[in-house]
Amino acid sequence: MTASPLSSTSVERSGTTVSDSDPYLVVEDLSVEFPTPDGPLRAVNGVSYSVSLGKTLGIVGESGSGKSVSSMAVLGLHDPQRSKVAGSIRVGGQEIVGLAEPAMRKLRGNTVSMIFQDALAALHPFYRVGVQLAEAYMVHHPDASKRDARRRAIEMLDRVGIPQPDSRVDDYPHQFSGGMRQRAMIAMGLINDPSLLIADEPTTALDVTVQAQILDLLQDLQREFNSAIVIITHDLGVIAEMADDVLVMYAGRAVEYGTTKQLLTRPAMPYTWGLLSSVPDVQADTDARLIPIPGNPPSLLDPPTGCSFNPRCAHRDKVPGDLCRTTLPELLPVVPGAAHLKRCHLADPEAVYLGEVLPEIAPDLVEEA
Amino acid sequence: MLAYIIKRLLAGVVVIILVSMAIFALFWYGPSSPARPICLQETSQRCTPERLAQYEEQMGYNNGIVKEYGKYVSGIFTGREMEIGSTTIECDAPCLGFSHRSRGLIWDEMIQRLPATISLALGGAALYLIIGIPVGVAAARRRGTLGDKTLVTTFLFISSVPYYLLALLAWLYFTLIWDVPILGSSGYTPLLENPWAWFTGLLLPWLCLGFWGSTQYTRYTRGAMVETLGEDYIRTAKAKGLTPNKVVYRHGLRSALVPVVTIFGIDLGLLLAGTLFTERIFEIQGIGLWGLRGVYALDLPVVSATALFTAIIMVSCNLVVDIVYSALDPRVRLS
Amino acid sequence: MTDETTTPDEDLFQEMAESGHTAAKLDPQAKPVLTVEDLRMYFPVRSAGLVRRTVGHVQAVDGISFQVPEGGSLGLVGESGCGKSTTGRLITRLYKPTSGSMQFGDQDLATLSKRELKPVRRDVQMIFQDPYTSLNPRHTVGSIIGAPLSVHDVVPKDQIVPRVKELLEVVGLNPEHYNRYPNEFSGGQRQRIGIARALTLNPRLLVADEPVSALDVSIQAQVINLLQDLQREFNIAFLFIAHDLAVVRHFCPEVAVMYLGKIVEIADRETLYSRPHHPYTQALLSAVPDVKQAAVGGRRERIRLEGDVPSPINPPSGCRFRTRCHLAQEICAKVEPPLLQIGPRHKVACHFAGELGQAPQKPVTTGLLGVDDRGNPDPSASSEPADVDLMTGSGYEDRWFDVQSRTVVRP
Repeated sequence: MTASPLSSTSVERSGTTVSDSDPYLVVEDLSVEFPTPDGPLRAVNGVSYSVSLGKTLGIVGESGSGKSVSSMAVLGLHDPQRSKVAGSIRVGGQEIVGLAEPAMRKLRGNTVSMIFQDALAALHPFYRVGVQLAEAYMVHHPDASKRDARRRAIEMLDRVGIPQPDSRVDDYPHQFSGGMRQRAMIAMGLINDPSLLIADEPTTALDVTVQAQILDLLQDLQREFNSAIVIITHDLGVIAEMADDVLVMYAGRAVEYGTTKQLLTRPAMPYTWGLLSSVPDVQADTDARLIPIPGNPPSLLDPPTGCSFNPRCAHRDKVPGDLCRTTLPELLPVVPGAAHLKRCHLADPEAVYLGEVLPEIAPDLVEEA
Repeated sequence: MLAYIIKRLLAGVVVIILVSMAIFALFWYGPSSPARPICLQETSQRCTPERLAQYEEQMGYNNGIVKEYGKYVSGIFTGREMEIGSTTIECDAPCLGFSHRSRGLIWDEMIQRLPATISLALGGAALYLIIGIPVGVAAARRRGTLGDKTLVTTFLFISSVPYYLLALLAWLYFTLIWDVPILGSSGYTPLLENPWAWFTGLLLPWLCLGFWGSTQYTRYTRGAMVETLGEDYIRTAKAKGLTPNKVVYRHGLRSALVPVVTIFGIDLGLLLAGTLFTERIFEIQGIGLWGLRGVYALDLPVVSATALFTAIIMVSCNLVVDIVYSALDPRVRLS
Repeated sequence: MTDETTTPDEDLFQEMAESGHTAAKLDPQAKPVLTVEDLRMYFPVRSAGLVRRTVGHVQAVDGISFQVPEGGSLGLVGESGCGKSTTGRLITRLYKPTSGSMQFGDQDLATLSKRELKPVRRDVQMIFQDPYTSLNPRHTVGSIIGAPLSVHDVVPKDQIVPRVKELLEVVGLNPEHYNRYPNEFSGGQRQRIGIARALTLNPRLLVADEPVSALDVSIQAQVINLLQDLQREFNIAFLFIAHDLAVVRHFCPEVAVMYLGKIVEIADRETLYSRPHHPYTQALLSAVPDVKQAAVGGRRERIRLEGDVPSPINPPSGCRFRTRCHLAQEICAKVEPPLLQIGPRHKVACHFAGELGQAPQKPVTTGLLGVDDRGNPDPSASSEPADVDLMTGSGYEDRWFDVQSRTVVRP
């Protein structure tokens, strides 16, 4: 897979309109590289995915997987002087990679919006919440008066379920509780009715009951505005409940991609198995084993040869020869023609999963399988 | 907030009182008798121990420190009569004493010199910010590039030159050797008398003070900006679609300025308390030089007055800095 | 497709699986190593203004009682502001309790002076949450781990390094790395260093305050397994404080749920997670996202809690949870429900305790408390003195109050 060269000229706005059946966000062969004193660091390496309006994509990975970096590339948030973005990102038919800054700014916070993990750090501590929301509105509605913007801010705060919005609009971020702050940030992200919302670990810092409320809110808003949502998380439970499709990332690459139902009931890649087996489940059988993935996430400066996961993989002995160590597997369908893709050399992952992995990590599910 | 200000004001008053007591005691118990210079002057250098004792008696040194301090303090509020040698002087409120060297009232002399110091200080301080902050921001935005390195190195160079040398060289070249028209004539002219002369007279000292002092501010601003630009809320601002300038100034600088402002407050206080080199080199009759000469001449009232003045300035500046800090950072204000 | 007769080189997965751990089991016979009774911690709130008077108290921990069995674990779960972290700090005496007792062996930790505390610190240690900030970056790993040894003069100076190396090995790190600095290690490794430091003096009780929350998911399991290994090998009791219900369930055979400074339910694992009787516990469990839901699709039915947690400075009267509870009635505002034993190893603080969907219409605690259904004192009822034991104390009695029949029963 070769990366397309960086284009430095601005890209014409595509004339095609996107229908509901075409995916709204299409990422193709995206690579993001950071030059470092120790050599180039490929944080994202040839990743492709797509999201349609009204649907949710979950991106799962740990630190160093490149999940946040790839999403920030959608908004063009990487400093062009400190990063190299290659490949194609199309939002509503418009190509983002290589897009000139002024056009990029028109999209940010407008058609594509991003909300972040820690609302206390992500909101400016010195400005009132209402002012920050109004600013987000006025950037893309320069003709709007301050009063209009403030009214819109109050309306959004109300929409996300913050009580007494007309007085809370004048509060500072530190005067909100964690859950309310996150709602305020969602309000800010949605104030211009974006078609695509990227949520980077939106509930990781929150209590579990608050997390549930926030996820409820996101789903309500998606239903109302028919927006496409990309939710980045490390919590497979959140994925199970929120995402229609899942992309599993490891060391900058996509290693598994499919619908949530398929991927979580019949995972096809040892890393995904590892994730499922190393996270305890509240409803699990108490005889289920907690099996950690040995070792540490790989260095992106000096990645392992062949499959990036192979040093930590417990199933590489099932692949003949030294294939796992020498050859990078391609992202291919689990069965020919399927939409469920995996990047692994194992010939029959389903058998391994059902036969070996599942009995250890969820004995109570074996009968159902 | 109001309670906070009142508390700090009260604390400030306490500090000022303590400083004045300390200075008073310092001279009272000091090795050299404050009456000596007066004695020498009045007797044309023929000061015998008996005459010295006479003067000391007259100045009240045998009355006990507390009583004399009390007289001093009441003199500030109500004025007093003082007997120096053969003369009796009427010293109106606020009475800070009488300078034997110049044979004038301290308060009058200080008021005379204050405008020069204030003009010099305010102009210099303004330049600290006008030069320092934009350069710091520019360097931070270009962090790591040649531009950043050039700026940092240039200002490092300037700050490595001792201030007096910089000022002296400036005066030497601009005034003496080249005789540059506007910059060349330095010295203080009261603002109301001749605004243009006031401005041109202070221009060179301002530029020297400003450039040299701004190096600190480029450093601080650059450091604070680099740190602030790495914060999450900057990323959010970019993600909203704001232009780079709005991101840097409205979101970045707003936060980065807070530590810079606190330092500035103290610096302003120090400037107001008198800039010795500048006053000496550019021949500006300000308080700093006056105070220094008073020390050489052991003119106690002058020294006390300058110490008191400095204490009041520093306490006020500290208070203003605290208030400004809480005005800038709502988390401090509302806790 | 597993070959039954695998050669030692093959089937790495089987090996790995065997090293993985199942959930720890409960030992009902174990004696308690720590008995906490009616522990309270109130932090004074001072007014702003010229004179700073104390205008109120943050009731961070308000009368909790529990036991930690020797060599076993008790989990302490709850959301932000419930007081679980404060409890951990009270046990390690980073704070001095406002009142209550913490019986450890034959000493009450709550009343010890600083000097008397020092030897106790060898037996009670703490593992902290953030491995990036809880290790001094200017000290080598060896000196961090060895510090307790020199502070307490446990071994002669020349024995410190060998002991440090031994500990590094125990936690799965290379013993030759004792001269390195914390920033040369990853997050998971740093947490292991913190654990090694806590183990230096062979503690009998470890308070683990969110020991894995700051770690990557795949590393969390490694550290949890390590803690289980250490528990088994050194017979260390754990007070495991966390907000992650699944992790706590795996590690702790017994779990206590806290809300706004009080324990609302405490039970063994099976009972708490499959048959919770307190509405807050039920809501909490229903909110945890479940991977198995993927097979069904969409979201599960949840108990939705409205609003925010009330302020701990001015907690609601009676039952603190009543402002968000769908079962709340008049009695809940008037009478605080006691932590009542309703099973062999199950205590609940609720007037309407019952399984999900089967909450009683009338309060169950009226007889025991001597009040009527609306919470007003009922002169005709008499509370038998013996039943008071079921509502106080930190351990379990051999009889309990059955909520269905509303009588005291024996096994």
